[in-house]
Amino acid sequence: MLLEPRTHVPALARILAPLGAVAAALALCALLVAWAGAPVLRAYGLLLEGAVGSRFALTETLTRATPLILTGLAAAVAFRAKLWNIGAEGQLYMGALAAVALGGGLLDLPAWLLLPLVLLAGAAAGGVTLLGPAVLKVRFGVDEVVTTLLLNFVILLFVSMLLEGALKDPMGMGWPQSAPVLPEAELPKLLERTRLHAGLAIALVLALALWLIDARTVWGYENRAVGANPRAAAFAGISVTRVMLRTALLSGGLAGLAGAAEVTGLRGYLTLDLSPGFGYAGIVVAMLAQLHPVGAVGAAVFIAGLFVGADAMSRAMPVPNYIADVLVAASLLCMLVAGLLTRYRLRRG
Amino acid sequence: MTAVRPGMTEQAGGGPKRVLRLAGITKRFGPLLANDAISLDLHEGEVLALLGENGAGKTTLMNILFGHYMADEGYVEAFGRRLAPASPKAALAAGIGMVHQHFTLADNLSVLDNVVVGTESLWRPWSDRGAGRRRLLELGTRFGLKVDPDAQVASLSVGERQRVEILKALYRDARILILDEPTAVLTPQESAGLFETLRRLTADGLAVVFISHKMHEVFSASDTVAVLRGGRLVATRRTAETDRAELAELMVGRAVKPPTSAPMAAGEPVLALSGVTVRSEDGRALLDRLDLTILRHQVIGIAGVSGNGQAALAELVSGLVAPESGTVTLLNAPVEGADPAGMVRRGVARIPEDRHATGLVGGMAVWENLIAERYRDPAFSRFGVLRRGVARRHAEEVIRAFDVRGAGPDTRTQLLSGGNMQKLILGRTLAHGPHLILASQPTRGLDIGAVSYVHGRLLEARAAGAGVLLISEDLDEILALSDMLAVIHHGRLTPLMPRESVSIQQLGLLMAGQWEGVLDGAPHGARETVS
Repeated sequence: MLLEPRTHVPALARILAPLGAVAAALALCALLVAWAGAPVLRAYGLLLEGAVGSRFALTETLTRATPLILTGLAAAVAFRAKLWNIGAEGQLYMGALAAVALGGGLLDLPAWLLLPLVLLAGAAAGGVTLLGPAVLKVRFGVDEVVTTLLLNFVILLFVSMLLEGALKDPMGMGWPQSAPVLPEAELPKLLERTRLHAGLAIALVLALALWLIDARTVWGYENRAVGANPRAAAFAGISVTRVMLRTALLSGGLAGLAGAAEVTGLRGYLTLDLSPGFGYAGIVVAMLAQLHPVGAVGAAVFIAGLFVGADAMSRAMPVPNYIADVLVAASLLCMLVAGLLTRYRLRRG
Repeated sequence: MTAVRPGMTEQAGGGPKRVLRLAGITKRFGPLLANDAISLDLHEGEVLALLGENGAGKTTLMNILFGHYMADEGYVEAFGRRLAPASPKAALAAGIGMVHQHFTLADNLSVLDNVVVGTESLWRPWSDRGAGRRRLLELGTRFGLKVDPDAQVASLSVGERQRVEILKALYRDARILILDEPTAVLTPQESAGLFETLRRLTADGLAVVFISHKMHEVFSASDTVAVLRGGRLVATRRTAETDRAELAELMVGRAVKPPTSAPMAAGEPVLALSGVTVRSEDGRALLDRLDLTILRHQVIGIAGVSGNGQAALAELVSGLVAPESGTVTLLNAPVEGADPAGMVRRGVARIPEDRHATGLVGGMAVWENLIAERYRDPAFSRFGVLRRGVARRHAEEVIRAFDVRGAGPDTRTQLLSGGNMQKLILGRTLAHGPHLILASQPTRGLDIGAVSYVHGRLLEARAAGAGVLLISEDLDEILALSDMLAVIHHGRLTPLMPRESVSIQQLGLLMAGQWEGVLDGAPHGARETVS
């Protein structure tokens, strides 16, 4: 079997590729569902209903999607510039940490000032976290996959240390959690009696803005050139170092913002279970979206729906909610194959 | 008819025995027909030159012959037996040896190790070095391929490495030898040595196919020449019965006129290098106290064997590296630091050595590549927002003015042919009336038509007042275009010499580092010899 590059990839194929990948993943996982002893169609029906079948389900899915959009964007912008940021999880926690540190009573400001400041601080904390590995990469050629990945564990342990010590809430009944942020630092809810908060609006605006920047501006032009061929970009006079550092700030900033938005919009305080792997899931989101900022929104909602729907399904059937993890992983693998098939055609011989 | 030489067996029908037969080879890559029903015969003691432009299908054909690719149709027959398709092992077993353009030697091993590797069973706990060494030495003496079996490959010159490659094939009992562009990296003297080796091999009854796009080699080395164009075999000729003009026309499909450079009075200096030294990261001097001045209306040719500092010189003038010591003066103002964008702003047009790796971003559109050097110019962006309409119209103009075929502003650049990519680069850099043109291997890998187009554009710019720094490993190109030329060797540059005052032989000696005796009054310490 041989792979031959396609000279032309129609736009429709790019849109159909992720849908086909998802369909293939669902078909593969049907075997597992059947193995667990549940009727496949009813299981998937319940999953769909649990994800989008009611006002409650839909808002839960969108709430879950909010951090995923942001971490998905973080991965997408970094990967487009070939900066392999695997550390969104750690950057997310750094953002959350900055948010509780600043919003937890350290500053006493009116809401219109405090909230933006807290969110910005979260983004800045995430950005600076990624700046370190990025500097090491451009200056000394240190592999950022290793540094960003390992920093995740360093940061988690650091946060754990603070939650057991300096940041521990004295009113927290001994649980390792921070004091809650002030009401002035809380993101407003988008809908009454739901958990859906304004973080979603911020994420959507950012996705749209990133798309426009990428396609229309000098910055986006430089990023794409460096991502596609850094040597040619440098030859033409684009500073690869500047683009890399800028991308690091942006990518880390988006992940940090995800953490800050979770704290100020949903939880109110910081615990070690703030993120069930949003940083890593962001990589899947970005890959499913083929690194397109607007695509990341769709991919994030899809993955959030899987998790929320699987929870609902597992309550009604003997299928554990781990099926969501399997579905996400299978989707990623199928997407990698689909991406390959859109770029190459298979030939026998 | 080839003269029958000693050591050959004669067929019943008279004439030397046929050793290789390609029958109706067809190979497609997607929509591209790389080989179209090609049939060729090769006889004992024959040197067949496979001549054709880039993309004519020469390398594809040889890769099918050697089993790297599988033909869609047709078959290969060696010594009367069909070869299993797509199996280099079968080709080797049938006595076919291939010497690739880019050598496949392990630098850190000795010559002997490189030659015997793979010929011994992995199950044998020890290897019979004595026998291998004796056989290697015997082959070396028989065919005039002198190499020290214990020398490390890393310490060998390019010519010696090529000898090792040939010995490797002979050691495996090759009776048919395929050489892919064997002279691309050699000095004229080394090429002559290679051709002498080929004569000894064929006298012994071997058959040789060598791939080339250089006309003079065909005449100095081959008995038969097969011309490929656009994947088809357009003609097979006895070398003695054809001439350059006919072959050139067969290759291109139409008559080609070489560019003519009329003498021209040089003007003021545009670029002056004085005592410039550039070092690699590990401290080796890539350029060693270089002095060079380029005037307006002047083409300066820098000749040399690949890897002698050409890349560093090109990077220096491109603004990618800054010298460790010495001064660079552009239009009477000093150049400080490394600033590619600054060099462009100051009127340097840069044609890089490798269009794919450094010249263009293959994954981006044509219009995006055409503004790559001046996207911050107010013409192409305002307040950080690209003016895409203006850029697309600019691309349309360049496409028209520089005759880029098969492309619109939104075409992905990697879909273009090499010649059209080079035209894009010319369009990007020459459209703005440059003062200095850095042309680094500007025609490498281009077909004859594109070569004469590029040469014409460079001479046009020279007439318009630009100084041209032409760095090329192609001596024909240097001699055709340069007003003055110099040779670079181990990072040192000879003084400039008028084109008419040097012979090819002298250039060859200079390229090999034998400056003594060729240069009168060469700088002290300039004497170097090839080890």
